[in-house]
Amino acid sequence: MTISDIMSQIKASSARKVVENSIKLANDNQQYHALLNLTEERALNRADEVDLGKITGKFAGVPFVVKDNFLAFGAPTTAASKMLENFSAPLQATAVEKLEAEGAICIGKANLDAFANGGSTENSAYGPTLNAIDTTRVAGGSSGGSAAVVALDIVPFALGSDTGGSIRQPASFNGVVGVKPTYGAVSRFGVVAMANSTDTIGSLTTNVVDAELVMDIISGKDEKDMTTLPDYFQIQQVAKPNQKIGLIRDFMSDDVDPEVKSRINEYVEKLLAKGHVVEEVDLPMAEYTLAIYYIIVSAEISSNLARYDGVRYGNRSDKVKSLAELYGRSRDEGFVIENKRRIMIGTYVLSSGFFDAYYLQAQKARTLLIREFDKLFASYDVLIGPTSPTPAFKLGENTADPIKMYLCDIMTVPASLAGLPAVNVPAGFSSDGLPIGVQLMGPKNSDANLLALGRSMEDK
Amino acid sequence: MTQISRDDVLHLAQLSNLRLTNDEIDGLQTDIGNILDYVDQLSKLDTSGVEPTYQVTGLKNVCRDDKEINYGVTREELLARAPEVVDFQVKVPKVL
Repeated sequence: MTISDIMSQIKASSARKVVENSIKLANDNQQYHALLNLTEERALNRADEVDLGKITGKFAGVPFVVKDNFLAFGAPTTAASKMLENFSAPLQATAVEKLEAEGAICIGKANLDAFANGGSTENSAYGPTLNAIDTTRVAGGSSGGSAAVVALDIVPFALGSDTGGSIRQPASFNGVVGVKPTYGAVSRFGVVAMANSTDTIGSLTTNVVDAELVMDIISGKDEKDMTTLPDYFQIQQVAKPNQKIGLIRDFMSDDVDPEVKSRINEYVEKLLAKGHVVEEVDLPMAEYTLAIYYIIVSAEISSNLARYDGVRYGNRSDKVKSLAELYGRSRDEGFVIENKRRIMIGTYVLSSGFFDAYYLQAQKARTLLIREFDKLFASYDVLIGPTSPTPAFKLGENTADPIKMYLCDIMTVPASLAGLPAVNVPAGFSSDGLPIGVQLMGPKNSDANLLALGRSMEDK
Repeated sequence: MTQISRDDVLHLAQLSNLRLTNDEIDGLQTDIGNILDYVDQLSKLDTSGVEPTYQVTGLKNVCRDDKEINYGVTREELLARAPEVVDFQVKVPKVL
């Protein structure tokens, strides 16, 4: 279901009918556990206002879902944690405000790994989201709920956050388009912080045109987020012809699922048929990126999650006598084990005596990775490879071994560490019918070109 | 092999203001050791003379007009989210 289909439905019936239908679909698909809460009352009120002409805009009446780490009115913002189980947002995220200003209607809050710490949505304190295509498999993560609601056609688009692949990988696992913009392109204000130096906000949609429409609305400078870039995004009507594209050889090794490689090679054939040039390129730092990522991101998580102490908001344990006990017990009750694992790793790599060997070394290695990207983008417009080394894995398959779980992010973290735009577009299916995605990456601020290229490749 | 002792885990938990069950301590001792082992591969990289990258925006010294940004939130609304409030102040257990 595209945004334009929904707009036609609103014209033919009413915003209220369309929003009611989305809510009905959300209720009919509860077994997927894609949504933690509905914002039904507020959504229906807004739909009525659209029908009365009081709310207008480019997306007037179009229902959408936000990941539950976005502050939004109408339901708690839990970040899928017990810490924020009853937290009601005092304000809304800038991205949500911008969509509402164009008349879009948020109908609910999507499941995620608690505080976005994870790659399968199995770390949600409220239970995992099931894959929209195969319910024995994970939806991916951390924006698993956002990907599933779009794949299930509950809403035409959803917002997610992507720190190391959290939009792209679930998009790939559920067969939808997932956009991680250039770092700073979209305001992060009002989104629960995970790792500030790589956190980005983006969309999940059924097709590229809709991703462009959403990006056009949510991007731009925000005085409430000093890391936002001046608004540069403009939809590019026609993809640049004869692009030079690099296929990252390090992402096509023997460790990668052969069916994933086949679908990527077919996509390359299609690019060649359209007149683009595709060459194999090397990204030698690729093998180090996961180590860099888990040092830097854990450090930033340990710092960000320090604010949840049971004092000003969020869970406060009621079994305490002293302030120290209040901090400890409130945090113990509020975090899942993966949060604790990352907080402690972060604390370790930042502690005196280990700081230089881990944190500083990782930030220097990050510079080496960025230099390799810069060198490649001096000669290539776009880099491509798989989004994930495998299609969606089975529920429980990787939960016992954190490193095995982290390795699922190996192809998405490089663009995150370098702040580059990267997009997952569907590239077909495995023989078991599981979606496989191709990842397009570009130099900073080339989001519009990546999307125009992706759009030109969609089967009409 | 990065050896993390049980005492190391307890010390990290204390620094992180976490209280752990015995099962969690055992699990984290293994996991943290394995993860540190994995990330230790970075020690092989020659980074002499390489500047660290702390942020990727390319922005420097971002300034704005020296006027208040209106977040549209009142003191009362924020205090309403605190677990315990007395006289417009957040109440906590005795510190000393």
